[in-house]
Amino acid sequence: MTNFQVSTVLSARGVHKSFGAVTAAEDINIDILAGQRVSLIGSNGAGKTTFVNMVTGYLKPDAGTIELNGKTIVGLGPRQISALGIARSFQIPQLALEMTALDNMLVAAACNDGPLSVWRPAHSPARIERAEALLEKFDLIAHINRRVAELPGGVRKLLDIAMALTGEPKLLLLDEPTSGVSVDEKFPMMDTISTALSSEVVTVLFVEHDMDIVTNYSDRVIAFYSGRVIADDKPDTVLDNDEVQLYVTGSAKQGHSTC
Amino acid sequence: MMDESIIKTSRMGALLIALFLLVGLVMPKWLLFLSTMALSHGIVSLGIVILMRGGVVSFGQGFVFAAGGYATALASNHLGVTDALLMVLIGGFAATLCALPFAPLLSRYRGIFFAMLTLAISMVLYGILVKTQTLGGSDGFNVSRPTLFGQEIATEESNWLLYNLAVVVVGVLATLARIYADSVRGLVSMAIRENELRVEYLGASVSNTIGTNFIIAAFMGGVGGALTLMSLGHIDPNFSYWTTSGEFVFVAILAGHHSMLAVFVGSFVVEIVRSFSNLYFPNTWQLAMGLFLLVVIRFLPRGLGSLWIDRNRNKGGEQ
Repeated sequence: MTNFQVSTVLSARGVHKSFGAVTAAEDINIDILAGQRVSLIGSNGAGKTTFVNMVTGYLKPDAGTIELNGKTIVGLGPRQISALGIARSFQIPQLALEMTALDNMLVAAACNDGPLSVWRPAHSPARIERAEALLEKFDLIAHINRRVAELPGGVRKLLDIAMALTGEPKLLLLDEPTSGVSVDEKFPMMDTISTALSSEVVTVLFVEHDMDIVTNYSDRVIAFYSGRVIADDKPDTVLDNDEVQLYVTGSAKQGHSTC
Repeated sequence: MMDESIIKTSRMGALLIALFLLVGLVMPKWLLFLSTMALSHGIVSLGIVILMRGGVVSFGQGFVFAAGGYATALASNHLGVTDALLMVLIGGFAATLCALPFAPLLSRYRGIFFAMLTLAISMVLYGILVKTQTLGGSDGFNVSRPTLFGQEIATEESNWLLYNLAVVVVGVLATLARIYADSVRGLVSMAIRENELRVEYLGASVSNTIGTNFIIAAFMGGVGGALTLMSLGHIDPNFSYWTTSGEFVFVAILAGHHSMLAVFVGSFVVEIVRSFSNLYFPNTWQLAMGLFLLVVIRFLPRGLGSLWIDRNRNKGGEQ
């Protein structure tokens, strides 16, 4: 690498958000650097999802700024933010169930291609080729012509991520990529995701509850508790942190738990 | 420049138009009139099908149907427009113009709210038309027969000519509708029907697409109104009444949202059942249609179109 200057993709400064008396985000300061794989951990209600929702435009912070590549995104809706290069997958896959896996991918491609044409065929060879290439990376090519409603949960989760990746986002948020997937399947699935992501130039932020996954697949961990960031460092360091062990992983010594 | 699938769809459309024109040569007069009605009502239902593909149903297409009809009728009586093709265009564009102000409002609503708002708009128009004496009030008014390419249409061949006109106009619009359904926006429309949230997160505007669908449906409704007016030679506020709108929805549900052709099959069946019931079992046609709809919903939940679309799906053809 000749380029030593790593750019900041996402920068949150002094972000506050409260719902009535509940503070979901309190003075959040986070800088995500290009190429990082960052996990967000924390128990339920710690503020992870609130943070993700503010970054994707679903919620508006009460105070503070969030910038993507130096451009503020506060006040923009999910649609505009997506156009700027932030994509997300969902904890519960959000797909068009009655459509095939290919059609779902084509929808994602269409949405990313600017104004929706009223006459250009959706099934153009170039688009299909692109969708196939991405499905191939996620090991989904066998399911390409099947209706999503017939596909098992794990496959749907991968498809959901593949769709999010279609627009070549700068920042990809994965909301609990392995939730709802059996223990045996979690690691193979994360391997697939990890391999697929490694060939894309994308910074990844994922919300995860499984500490084994966090340790194995991220190079930085941000721990949330009660709307605050209580630790932000390399996985091992964060999982050794007393506060994290007390409030997040729930283990006194070794941080290996699946909450 | 033209994509292969568009050429294929256009060829299929042209073929069907030619076929219908040929069939018209051997049809008896009463059937010609009936088929013209089926086509000009069917195109309104096709507009609803376009809306259905985006996940909403309009219970007020009588609004654009009447707007197109009245605009055409007024243009004929007061501006001296007699050319049938021009009247069709006037109908389509007038209806679009009337629908435009409502598009931004309606595109924010879904489900029953969308349906009820469209219904409300159509009934407001109905109320206005009934009270407007200069437009004939509840009796409406008559319109003289149109001309075609500068030629007077003789009485004996008017049914046949108007049928041909309807086949060509509706055929072209249905082909365009197929191209639209297969287009990028058409596919996104189908995704909106299933998962609006995801489409918005992927970066496409849901309300924009629903608004577009509404405008397209309005144009089709207006054309249907103009065609119907020319065949009947008369217009009255019932064009905008809720039972008229209901019939359009009925046909759309009968047809399902997968096939454009199915709409016209459905529309034709409705016209046939209506006229035969009227003839042999007065006042029972709603009963017959109700039973028919029950059977279709029970055995063909995805509509008449699923009879041939499912079989073609693997081959990729969907006409």
